[in-house]
Amino acid sequence: MNSPNTTDFVQKGNELRSEEMVVNMGPQHPSTHGVLYLELRLDGEIVVDCRVHIGYLHRSCEKIAENRTYTQFIPFTDRLDYLASMNNNLGYCLAVEKLLNIQVNERTQYIRTIIAELNRVASHLVGIGTFAQDLGAYATPMFYCFRDREQIVQLFDELCGGRLTYNYMRIGGVQTDFPPHAVKVIKDFIKYERKKLKEYMELLTYNAIFLSRTKKIGILKPEVAIDYGMTGPMLRAAGVKWDLRKDEPYMIYDRFKFDVPVGTNGDSWDRFKVRLDEIGESLKIIEQAVEALPPGNPVAKVNKVFKGPPGEAYMRTENPRGELGFYLVSDGGQKPYRNKIRSPSFSNIAVLPELIRGLNVSDAVCVLGSTDIVMGEIDR
Amino acid sequence: MELTIAVLSVVGFISVSAMFLVWGERKVSALFQNRLGPNVVGWHGSLQSVADMVKLLLKENIMPAQADKLVWWLAPFFVVVPAVAVFVTIPFGKNLIVHDLNVGILFITSISSVTVLGIFMAGWGSNNKYSLLGGMRSAAQIISYEVPLLLSIVLVIMETGTLSMQEIIKAQAHGWFILKPHLALAFIIYLISATAEVNRVPFDIPEAESELGAGYHTEYTGMKFGMFFVAEYTNLFIISAIAATLFLGGWQGPWLPSWFWFLLKAYGLVFLSMWVRWTLPRVRMDQMMGFAWKVLTPIALANLLISGWFMVK
Repeated sequence: MNSPNTTDFVQKGNELRSEEMVVNMGPQHPSTHGVLYLELRLDGEIVVDCRVHIGYLHRSCEKIAENRTYTQFIPFTDRLDYLASMNNNLGYCLAVEKLLNIQVNERTQYIRTIIAELNRVASHLVGIGTFAQDLGAYATPMFYCFRDREQIVQLFDELCGGRLTYNYMRIGGVQTDFPPHAVKVIKDFIKYERKKLKEYMELLTYNAIFLSRTKKIGILKPEVAIDYGMTGPMLRAAGVKWDLRKDEPYMIYDRFKFDVPVGTNGDSWDRFKVRLDEIGESLKIIEQAVEALPPGNPVAKVNKVFKGPPGEAYMRTENPRGELGFYLVSDGGQKPYRNKIRSPSFSNIAVLPELIRGLNVSDAVCVLGSTDIVMGEIDR
Repeated sequence: MELTIAVLSVVGFISVSAMFLVWGERKVSALFQNRLGPNVVGWHGSLQSVADMVKLLLKENIMPAQADKLVWWLAPFFVVVPAVAVFVTIPFGKNLIVHDLNVGILFITSISSVTVLGIFMAGWGSNNKYSLLGGMRSAAQIISYEVPLLLSIVLVIMETGTLSMQEIIKAQAHGWFILKPHLALAFIIYLISATAEVNRVPFDIPEAESELGAGYHTEYTGMKFGMFFVAEYTNLFIISAIAATLFLGGWQGPWLPSWFWFLLKAYGLVFLSMWVRWTLPRVRMDQMMGFAWKVLTPIALANLLISGWFMVK
């Protein structure tokens, strides 16, 4: 290549221009949370445009559901949002129970609530930890969060033998009853975690660098959030007080006292703070549920193979990342005719281009981290 | 003969120090993160760095097909050589210095500025967009932070009237410079800008892992990567050693041998840097540049002016 000399530039002075650079962020990139692929168009370091490509983790879960009996699909729900397997299990089981019109007993309700909320805490801890990691806090907050999550995971391990994919909920009950010491373990954990939440506040929430990196970055307006069908902490951080546990109570959530934390600006910091506050609220629910845990036998007594009555059922539950919906259509056979899954991360990721257009790359990573997506449920 | 011994001991010290720091960093980070850290190879994992080094030496050297070959090959040397050269005039003890240049501190600052060239070459030569972004960020960052860094060093030179490292230490015989308020401020400015100079958290923007993969050294493998790694930790030691010399009285201290005092102070500052690294998040590029030009440089200048006025008066 001939190197251009100075006169060339002088002559072509008017034609000197800068080009936009296309950067393919992902599917292998440290902060795309799995296999997300962002096609970024950069002007220097400013993101001019962003296109989100998904599908690298597609496993045809919905089609698989049509070829499995109702019970056989439970383990597949584990793999949707793998950070909140219990909540997925629960959502699916509730949907099937709604279809079959099955009532579960009190103890099952309580155990399910406790487990679901514990999993919410665990999931939010991962969300917070990885968010801090994305901001360049070298692994320390993440390790703290994983240390706390480990206690929940250990308890789940004792309950069902799994550390990530639990497969614990059953149609009409749960897999096993609580071991005798579970209540004490949970109570200790609540006490421990409340102390640690204060630590996170000191380490991150009001840290000057953290504030300057997250405040007013990626502001999401409530109208936009609603337009995109966003749910969960993303929506609440934008200032919309919408939580299915309050607004459309399922199971026994109407018996507990808890608040729904909402943000004011809808920026990345609000999303972080809402998650942190939700951990506290979940702990409140768990505390009340553990106190009121009634006796009984929560182990499911429903047959493993059964025919669903012709009809349909839609059940949505509040997952850590938003509303998870299962739409089951039955034609009277042993397998559902259709199982449509409405996953929260899928809607939440769609808004990403709106949020990061005009920001620079560092902020784009920050916003992506604050959406707290799980690719497993986006691609299903 | 003397020169050979000096060169060998400098190179030996750099290797051992870098290995010790890599191991130390992993242990320190483990301490902060409730982990064990390396604990398999050797006593408490102390030979882990040796194992790593052997691994790096045995790895295949892969060059990207589209790389600018010459630039890509030369870049690691441009990073390592300044780091080694600077050791010539670092006073390890009372009589333990390769050569006490009469322009010592000037030599150090000018030589270590070459590092930015190597980093930018690495970013450019790799022909990788992330590396290029890393290199660009690095050039902007290092050049910006050089200003407050030098302004804080100038204050020490004004105080002592010499550029020689040994003379600066001797001038602190009756009290470390950090005990004087204007120099204490200069010390803080120095620490912040030096942290930026060596690309460490919260200023590790050129290699911002979560944004740019590994930044400018993404495409390097084997010992070429190892050279960047060694240079990084050597530079970390250098900035701490200079801080110890300029502000903490260098090798001076009671009872214990002088080299021990020097290493204690230098590694103490290294520990401080590690502590910061494993606690704070990263700042953003524009925030960091703004901080250099709008906060640090004016403070350093004002400090210089006011102290200078008092000195003349």
